[in-house]
Amino acid sequence: MAEFVSVLGSVDAGSARRHSALVRITHWINAISFVGLVVSGIGILLSHPRFYWGETGGLGTTSILDLPLPFMLGGPSGWGRYLHFESAWLCVLNGLLYVGSGLANRHFERAFVPAQRDLTWRSVRNALMGREDSASSYNVVQRVTYLAVIFVLFPLMIWTGLAMSPSVTSVFPVLVTSLGGHQCARTIHFFAGDALVLFVLVHIAMVWRAGFMKRVGAMITGGDAMEDR
Amino acid sequence: MSASISRRKLITGLTVAGGAAGLTVAARIADRYGLIPPDWGGVYGPGETLTYACQRVLTSGHSMAREFNRSEISKVAPVSGEPPKSDPYQRLLAGNFADWRLAVDGMVARPASFSLADLKRLPARTQITEQICEEGWSFVAEWTGVAVSDMLNAVGVLPHAKYVVVFPFDDAWDSVDMQDALHPQTLVAYGMNGQELPARHGAPARLKVPRQMGYKSVKYLSRITVTDTLKNIGTGRGSAAPDAGYSWYAGI
Repeated sequence: MAEFVSVLGSVDAGSARRHSALVRITHWINAISFVGLVVSGIGILLSHPRFYWGETGGLGTTSILDLPLPFMLGGPSGWGRYLHFESAWLCVLNGLLYVGSGLANRHFERAFVPAQRDLTWRSVRNALMGREDSASSYNVVQRVTYLAVIFVLFPLMIWTGLAMSPSVTSVFPVLVTSLGGHQCARTIHFFAGDALVLFVLVHIAMVWRAGFMKRVGAMITGGDAMEDR
Repeated sequence: MSASISRRKLITGLTVAGGAAGLTVAARIADRYGLIPPDWGGVYGPGETLTYACQRVLTSGHSMAREFNRSEISKVAPVSGEPPKSDPYQRLLAGNFADWRLAVDGMVARPASFSLADLKRLPARTQITEQICEEGWSFVAEWTGVAVSDMLNAVGVLPHAKYVVVFPFDDAWDSVDMQDALHPQTLVAYGMNGQELPARHGAPARLKVPRQMGYKSVKYLSRITVTDTLKNIGTGRGSAAPDAGYSWYAGI
């Protein structure tokens, strides 16, 4: 506990660190919850790897996507659901802490909101081609991506997830009717989840390219903000 | 520096002690208001308890599951599992359930036993709701039956009752808390889409709990017991579902 507290304490020095203690702690809790959500999500998916559009759907009705996976009944969706909702609670509570503090201390404005001058195709092209002429720490593509993940994809996952709960929709039916029905919510949940997995894969690839040990180390110890990015 | 660390230690100690005391108080309050599910133990217990407690508070105003129009009734109604192969069920099925009786006992003033005709003499309720399987598929159908609350009023539930347990002809027994048992959409359904309930959909009568996933709507009912504790039934986790790896509460 004392070590934990002194790690927290090191943030008090604040500006010298690449990542604040709160960002580091919430990052790794988020990573754990995300692994739980993906593994359990696949478990649930395997009980019915088929997608529909509209209110209802099932075997014998028209699907919009049939994944080339076996139907595994009576197993992975059981522990899958237990693990999915427990991980979801961890993800949501941790995410609220991260977003709340990020809004309060203007972390998002400083780290992610792109500068006006970077909102040009030239900046986007330079960022994508690795020719970063921006002085800012993250390039414009990274900034917009992080904002989209935090403020679009994660809220969409929560929304479409709750929209599949008959108990929650008994109180807030608009959660599911606005999406076009239960099966629309399920299908959107699947594709938004895929987008998040894709983000994580690209994220890990970029961390790898930038120097895996150094970057992961920075997300654990805080790193050095003065270091050239 | 050392002064500041010991101050931190003090604050941490107080936070941990306060947190533990807070959790104890929270657990006691949650238990008193019925916010702890019977499968609260184990590694998934915290998530289950959070989900159940939050949804119970959220739905405490008897919120109604979505209902649909006749035109939205699904043409295909998929089903999982087969009717019980056991002799008692097969004999009743062969006799068109003329000899079937639904026993209602436990913490009730007047234990009773209902034939299909008895059930049909109680006020009939009809609802068009969506059956949502935890696997992912779903269909909309019209269900006709008796509100469980009407049945419970007929037999007189004792004041300390907390759960209604249902035993089917197979081993998928389950239970609901009083909030769900007394909910106006919770039925013992004997009709589907204007017909007798088909065998594969749970004949002669099944539970319908439209605010929960499909597996809570137990098929092939045989007996209903009202109780104030689930500890002595099965493994004490409220239903056969946790033994098979599934959560007791299925509101999500």
